[in-house]
Order: sequence, then structure tokens, then C-alpha cells
Amino acid sequence: MNSQLVQDFFREDKLPHIWCPGCGHGIIMRAIAVAIDNLGLDKDKVCIVSGIGCSSRAPGYMDFNTLHTTHGRALAFATGVKHANPELEVIVITGDGDASAIGGNHLIHAARRNIGITTIVFNNNIYGMTGGQYSPTTPTGELGTTAPYGNIDPSFDIAKLAAAAGATYAARSTAYHARPLAKYIETAISHKGFSLVEAISTCPTYYGRKNKKGSAVQMLNYLKESFVDIKAAEKLPAEKLVGKHIMGEFKNVTDQEEYTDLYAKIIERMKGAK
Amino acid sequence: MTQKNVKLLQGNEACVEGALYAGMTFYSGYPITPSTEIAEDSAVKLPKVGGKFIQMEDEIAGIAAAIGGSLTGAKSMTATSGPGLSLKLENIGYAAIAEVPLVIINVQRGGPSTGLPTSPAQGDIMQAKWGSHGDYPIIALSPQSVRETFELTVKAFNLAEKYRTPVILLTDEVVGHMREKIEIPAPGELEVFDRIVPEANTDYKAYRVDEGDIVPKMAPFGAGYRYHVTGLFHDETGFPSNSSENAKFMLDRMMAKIEDNREDIVLYDEFMLDDAEFVIISYGSSARTCKASVKKLRSKGIKAGLFRPITIWPSAEAQIAELGKKVNNILVAEMNLGQYCHEVQRIVKSDAEVHHIGRANGEVLTPDEIVSKVMEVL
Repeated sequence: MNSQLVQDFFREDKLPHIWCPGCGHGIIMRAIAVAIDNLGLDKDKVCIVSGIGCSSRAPGYMDFNTLHTTHGRALAFATGVKHANPELEVIVITGDGDASAIGGNHLIHAARRNIGITTIVFNNNIYGMTGGQYSPTTPTGELGTTAPYGNIDPSFDIAKLAAAAGATYAARSTAYHARPLAKYIETAISHKGFSLVEAISTCPTYYGRKNKKGSAVQMLNYLKESFVDIKAAEKLPAEKLVGKHIMGEFKNVTDQEEYTDLYAKIIERMKGAK
Repeated sequence: MTQKNVKLLQGNEACVEGALYAGMTFYSGYPITPSTEIAEDSAVKLPKVGGKFIQMEDEIAGIAAAIGGSLTGAKSMTATSGPGLSLKLENIGYAAIAEVPLVIINVQRGGPSTGLPTSPAQGDIMQAKWGSHGDYPIIALSPQSVRETFELTVKAFNLAEKYRTPVILLTDEVVGHMREKIEIPAPGELEVFDRIVPEANTDYKAYRVDEGDIVPKMAPFGAGYRYHVTGLFHDETGFPSNSSENAKFMLDRMMAKIEDNREDIVLYDEFMLDDAEFVIISYGSSARTCKASVKKLRSKGIKAGLFRPITIWPSAEAQIAELGKKVNNILVAEMNLGQYCHEVQRIVKSDAEVHHIGRANGEVLTPDEIVSKVMEVL
């Protein structure tokens, strides 16, 4: 029998999911359910919106109001849902390509508006659904089917991109660090305003195989070894941080008004006016 | 006697008045000439009725947010012009397959590309029908006046909600920007259709058509139904299905909901057609020019008449086919190089000779040149 978490928050008849063996996405999807469970949210008032790609298949498995949209546009659809009905807890599930390439414009503008949407980016550094093309987060020098001689693009830091664009909460964790990940997602959902959690995932099938990263376990171990918490990093000497990635909370601003609250004030002021 | 609500309005302003009359509570869009007044007016008026306006970051987001708004139960609209319609096409297909009611106003301007931003055109006739990829149902209406812009915006909302489909209002720069006297209908004077929602959450299947219904009942997000919406082919539960049998069943149903209800959807107008021996077919602002041409031709003793499709898609197939059997010559007059003319030729076949007059340089057709064209044909 499935665990209580699965019984409570997933559409059991839609499982198992379509993701490859060893894919990190399941861990991240679970972390979202853990966060929702911890917050005790009313499932009827949660709306999960996704775009297109491997991660964007997650909402189909999750027992909420779920909306699987077009490639890159999840945040634009979600903005409409949230603005039209601010009572809904709107969570966007998106991938690195979906969020920061084709959907990059929507990402920065949703962040700028500080609209109360929580975005979880499943970042596996590759276009998985289409078979392993380099994405805006594929590290420079790595291989993809469309970067056969090594990727010459610099990569995006999605959490910092969102923070710079105006998100009032931005954090990063990994599929290995599942507990802090769930904690950040929990904070992000309860945050008033636009929040984003970048969840570093693993793609052993395409990214891993192409770049000789080893097995799924080895890839998760790499996350364990290479990611350093931002608070720990502050105390470490520079040489200890060579080749390391930083995770943790990058921004948490609570004194900026949320978009739909501001709009509610306009309605309050103008309602019934001629 | 109650005071009549008479106003002097631009077509674009009348569009917003019509939308509010129909119950619009959500607007999202992106500024583009010559449609911008629709966004501006919506921004002013929606909060006054407790509705929501949002200016999105681009045209794609404009329609995407409107679809999101509609899924929460709000009557939603977006407005644009040619280049914006091109950008919205993928999500028009999404709204069609996910069966999300939505009104898209397209104030046509000269194209292609940036084209002639401040000049009228009727160049988006085919884009409105065939623009998104794949096969899907669509409804498009075209008003010729300010008053009709009001009425057809109401009608567009009614059809969108009734048939759960995107409806495009094809106006143009002339209709959008000209000012005319309009008597705003009193509440209750025009029909307003509200979407059919399920009564109770027992055995709810988001895409199942119940006995006696045209479309599946649509629950708003947040009302306790927790269903799935996707642009993938889906079965009656709403969840994706790869079955080709299911895809055929769902697409056939979606096409049939429009096809089987042409009588309700297809609107048209006739002018001096009864004894006509020469028929002009024209729509939108061009049809007004043609009306003057018909009068001029009649004064010359030529029995001309005008057929004006108000519903552009689905086309007035039966009516046009009938005209083709009645007369030898049909002239299609439009501000493009022959888009609706193709449709008329397709319908009429060899029953009558179909001629065309049109241009796409930003100039409206004049009554005299249409008269000359008719004389040339005869």
C-alpha cells in the first residue's frame, strides 16, 4: 500500500509516474507534498500549474486543481488564476528550460510584480523530454545533443535571477537535500508575494550519460558533496569553496506588498464609482 | 418613461461596454495599436464592478492569463491586433482543446508583420480560422458599426460560454476608432448566457458531456472539484490519453459542437437581395461601403444586392451556396488580397462566377470603385 502522503496528496490511479529510473524529480514532487501537508492546506484551494517538459508532468499526479499549460507559459496562466481568485494557493511547477528559456520573460515579470505565486523550478540542467539538449542552466563546457563540442553558453543562476527580478523569496536546495528542500518550499508557500525555490534535480538518462556522471546514486552523491549551505559557506575559506555550489535562502523580504492585495485596494477604492 | 442611455462612443469603447454588459470580470492583455483603448477602458472600468484588469508582459501572457482567469469562473477577455493575434495563436489552440471560454478581440490593421499599424485591414480572416496548429473549432464574428461592436461582444461572450470555446471578434481600425451614436441596451434587453456549472460534486468528469448538454459542465477552480486541465488530448476525465480512438472521439465532439449548431452561431445580414441578379459579399466596415455601392448600382438599373456575413467562422455556408445557385456573378469585397473570397469560391464551386475586389495597403474600399468593378464584370 502507498504511504499516507501518497494516499493523501496524489492521484494514486495515475501512478507510477513517467519519469526515468533514477530521475530526481520524484523526490522534489514529494517535497512539495510534504510542505503542503505540513502547512495543512485545503486541497480544494490549491492550484498547481505547470508548463511543458518532464517536471511539468507532475501536476497530473497531484490531487489538487491542476493545470498543465503550454511550454514556458505556466507563470502567465498562473498569474491569471491568482489574480482572478486570490484565495487560491497557486504553485507553479516548471523546469529549467520552461522557466528560464522560453518562459524567461514571464519569470522575471511575475517576480517583479511580487504576485503571490510559489514557483518550484525542477532544474536538471538539460532538456530531458526532448532528449538531452543544452538548457540555460547547462554548465559551460558540458555536453548536450545540441552542444556536441561542449556548451559555450554561460549559465543562469535561476534563484538569483528571480531575486534580482524582484521575487521577495528565493531559495535553492537539491534533490539530495530533500528535507531542507521541503522546508524552503513550505516557507515559500506561506510567504506573501512571489517566491521561488530552485530544486536541483538529476537526469541520469540524458545529462548524466552524455557527461559521464555515473549512476543515479553517484549523481545524487555529487549533489551531496558539491552543494554548500550559504551560512556554512560564509565561514569557509575561499579555497574550500572552489568547485562548490551554494544553496540556501538567498532572499526573504516580508515588508513588500503582494500584487493581488494591492489590486484589492484599488477595487476597494473604486467599487461602485461611476 | 425611463431615460435612454445614449452615448457617443468609439468602437473600442463600445466593445468594453458590451463586455461589461455580458459580465466580463477579467481582462488581461498587452498594448497594441489600434486596440489599446480596449485595454485602457477595461483598466478604468473593471475595478468599479469588482473585476480584475492586468497588463501582462507580452501578448502570449495576455491570452494565457485570460485562460487562467476563465478557469476560476471569470468571464475573460483579451484584445489585440494582427501581430498580437499571431503571438496568441498557440494558446488559442490551447483554449480550443481545453475548452476554456474566452473572448479575443482583434482590431485588424495592415500586415504582414508590423505592417501599417494605424490603418485598417481585414487580413486576419484566415489566421483567425487556421492560425493555430492542428484542427480545432473556432468562432469568429465581425461587426460593421459601433452599435454592432457592442452587440457582437455580448454575443461573443455568450457563444464562448455556451460552446466552451475561444471566440474571436474581428473588428478593424475603422470600426474600432470611429465614433457613432449608440443607445446602450438596458439590462435584460440582450440575452446574457452564463456558463453551465455542475450542481454537485458526484461523479464529476471534467470532459464528459451529460445527456441534453452541448458541452461538459465546467467547474471553477477552487470549488472542490480538483480536476486536471491539459493541452494534451485527454479523455472525459481530463487526463492525458494517447489513444487514437479517444483523440478522434474528442476532436469529433469538439468540431460537432460548432458544426451542429450553425443555426445558433451563424449570423448574417441581407440588403436588397430578394430580386438581386448580382450579389456583393462583404463584411465589417467594408460592407458599409458596399451598401452605398448597391444603392448606386440600383440607381443605374442594376439589380445588385448585398450579403453580409456577421459570423465569419463558421461561414454562412448554406446561405452562400444558395446565393451561388441564384445568381451568375458574386463579387467579394474586402480589405485583403482575397481571403474570404477563397471561402466563397469553395462554397459556390462552379455555380456562379466569383470575383474579387480588395487591397491591403491600408486604404478602405470606396463605393465608386466597387461600382466600377461590377460594371467591368457585367
